[in-house]
Amino acid sequence: MNTMETNAIEVIKLTKRFGDFVAVDEVSFNVHTGEIFGLLGPNGAGKTTLIRMMTTLTPPTSGDAIVGGHNAVTDPDGVRHVIGVIPQALTSDPELTARENVMIHAKLYGLTGAQRAEVIPRLLEAVGLTEFADKLVGSFSGGMRRRLEIARGLVHSPRILFLDEPTTGLDPVSRTAVWEMINKLKEEASLTILLTTHYMDEADQLCDRIAIVDHGHLVALDTPAKLKDSVPGTDIVEAEFDNPPADWNAALEKIDGVASVKIHEGVTHLSSTSGPQTVGELMNLARDRGVAVRRVSVQGTTLDDVFLYYTGRQLRDAAAETTRRDMSHLYR
Amino acid sequence: MGFQRISAIIERDMRKFFRSPALMMSSMIFPLMQLIVLGYAFGGKIKGVKVALVDEDHSAISRQIRQRFDAIEAGPQTMKIEDYSSLSNAELDLRTGFVRAIVYIPYDFSRRVEQGNRPRIAFIEDNTDNFVASELLTRMQGLVQDINKGLNPFQPGQRLTVPTPRLNPLIDLQVVEVYPYIEYIKYLLPGSISMSIFIVAMIGGGITFIDDKSRGLHEGYLVTPIKKSELILGLIFSGAIKGLMAGITITIIGGLIAGIDRLWDPVRLIYLGIVLTTTSVAMLSFMFLLMVRVSDPLVPRAIFGVLNTLLYFPSGAIYPIQGFPPWLRAISYVDPFTYAVDALKALLLKNAGFEAIYSDVFVLVGFSVILVSLSVVFFKRQI
Repeated sequence: MNTMETNAIEVIKLTKRFGDFVAVDEVSFNVHTGEIFGLLGPNGAGKTTLIRMMTTLTPPTSGDAIVGGHNAVTDPDGVRHVIGVIPQALTSDPELTARENVMIHAKLYGLTGAQRAEVIPRLLEAVGLTEFADKLVGSFSGGMRRRLEIARGLVHSPRILFLDEPTTGLDPVSRTAVWEMINKLKEEASLTILLTTHYMDEADQLCDRIAIVDHGHLVALDTPAKLKDSVPGTDIVEAEFDNPPADWNAALEKIDGVASVKIHEGVTHLSSTSGPQTVGELMNLARDRGVAVRRVSVQGTTLDDVFLYYTGRQLRDAAAETTRRDMSHLYR
Repeated sequence: MGFQRISAIIERDMRKFFRSPALMMSSMIFPLMQLIVLGYAFGGKIKGVKVALVDEDHSAISRQIRQRFDAIEAGPQTMKIEDYSSLSNAELDLRTGFVRAIVYIPYDFSRRVEQGNRPRIAFIEDNTDNFVASELLTRMQGLVQDINKGLNPFQPGQRLTVPTPRLNPLIDLQVVEVYPYIEYIKYLLPGSISMSIFIVAMIGGGITFIDDKSRGLHEGYLVTPIKKSELILGLIFSGAIKGLMAGITITIIGGLIAGIDRLWDPVRLIYLGIVLTTTSVAMLSFMFLLMVRVSDPLVPRAIFGVLNTLLYFPSGAIYPIQGFPPWLRAISYVDPFTYAVDALKALLLKNAGFEAIYSDVFVLVGFSVILVSLSVVFFKRQI
């Protein structure tokens, strides 16, 4: 029982095959109660299939998913009662109003009239749709529909919320609004949130922990900071100097941890295993040699670097190569 | 005008056509199907109509009549004779549509033949189906004529030496039509009402279901704790309510156009409500079972016309089932339209009571139960 209190979701050797194609291959991980957990990977990596197995929409070929203490295969209704799911496709009814959409779902979850009267206005307010409550969803922007669907997914006060690519196809302003909502939900509703994304910045901004999925395999799992730390030597220190001496570059190369020094359009780029340490030593060296430092900045490791390190390719390359065999969006 | 641009559009369309010819092909099946179904549904020889024989006379001559009926049953097979012991029983079955006519030979028939006292046979006919009624009457008249030849004192070639008897031993066929004359527009009305329900089942049931499914709207329902049976019954009943509204509308408007007598008879309206409700549920169940595994939105649109032909024409809505070849009759037995049309004809054309529709209603309900059960089995709760 102790593990149940700390783990909202336990995924154990979960596997899904579509014919010969292995969409998800023996993936195991735990999601801690109260965290925002991100599944990061290109299209076709198996994220949606994973989420569908956890949310009882797709039966796994083998393995188990324990969600909120219920087994997704043997007790799907137990799972359905404790989870809220916002699928990747926009699933709100365009021919109904926002309020009607939420109301139908509230009834599907068996909420009483009194409960509905309390919950529906509160949720519509929470997602900022109060003034559009009685407008047809067909007239909504993508961001508004997504926010409505989040409200709809919360109507039965679930303990765990699944969001499949919550911001795909949204404009930057709507994306930020959705991110703020997700953060607010985590704090106010003490929800455990599992989301999938193929945006590095989204995973970085939102998630407490990230699992990188590629070709149906789990390749890395940790906090964003630790994932970045685990990638060696990719901090870039950029600096500009006034009248550097002739041997200045050679001197810079001797600083501990500096791998290479390149000058590009008057800006010196040092690649280093530790950016801040290199900056400190660089400043000392400049003072000792009487070189004026006009500007210095450190560019940290990004999740792009992390993805490159663990999968051997850039995320955008991975996306281009896997979209052709992406079956996850198909409705079977 | 640029030839290259015109040819580019042609090329684009032809490439698309040859890559998925299924839709066009299925549209070619439609006229062929219509040719075959309509070709055999219209104007076939009427066969196997049940006719009640009430023989109160039990004489040699009444047995002779019976033998001639047997000969018709064996030869052109127009009618199938059912023996009834009393006229009132036969009349009851005529009202409910179990038999389509009664041949009544009264107790004094043979005595009157012998006395030459204008013997009479009554032919009481359900004239709601003009095709059946006129064919039966023709056969009946032929039969009586044949018997009369044997009774005619003036045989051909006979010398008229004896003075013409004042008495007349020839059988007089008295034809009784039970209902006022039914115009073809009235005859068609039950089919049109059933058709309106079918169209709603197709659009409001099949097409809406597949469109919502392909738009992903169902995924939103499937993540909730809803059961398969709850979702299916919900979808079927919502469609059936729409079907019922269409059916009621067409019954009233069509009834006014066709000039149905005493349309507002409250008892009949209740019976109509029962028939329209069970028909709607049956049609929606049928549609749902067909669509339960379909996900391509083109499929319901492509099969719309084919289904319409295959269900409407064999139902007896436009021509009696008794005129169909066996394979078309087989379709009509499993076609929900048949039972809807039969019950609606009983109510609208004969103003019959519940005894005339209960078997149809029973079949429609049983049909729905089976189809819904199959839908629940075949429906995939998972993606």
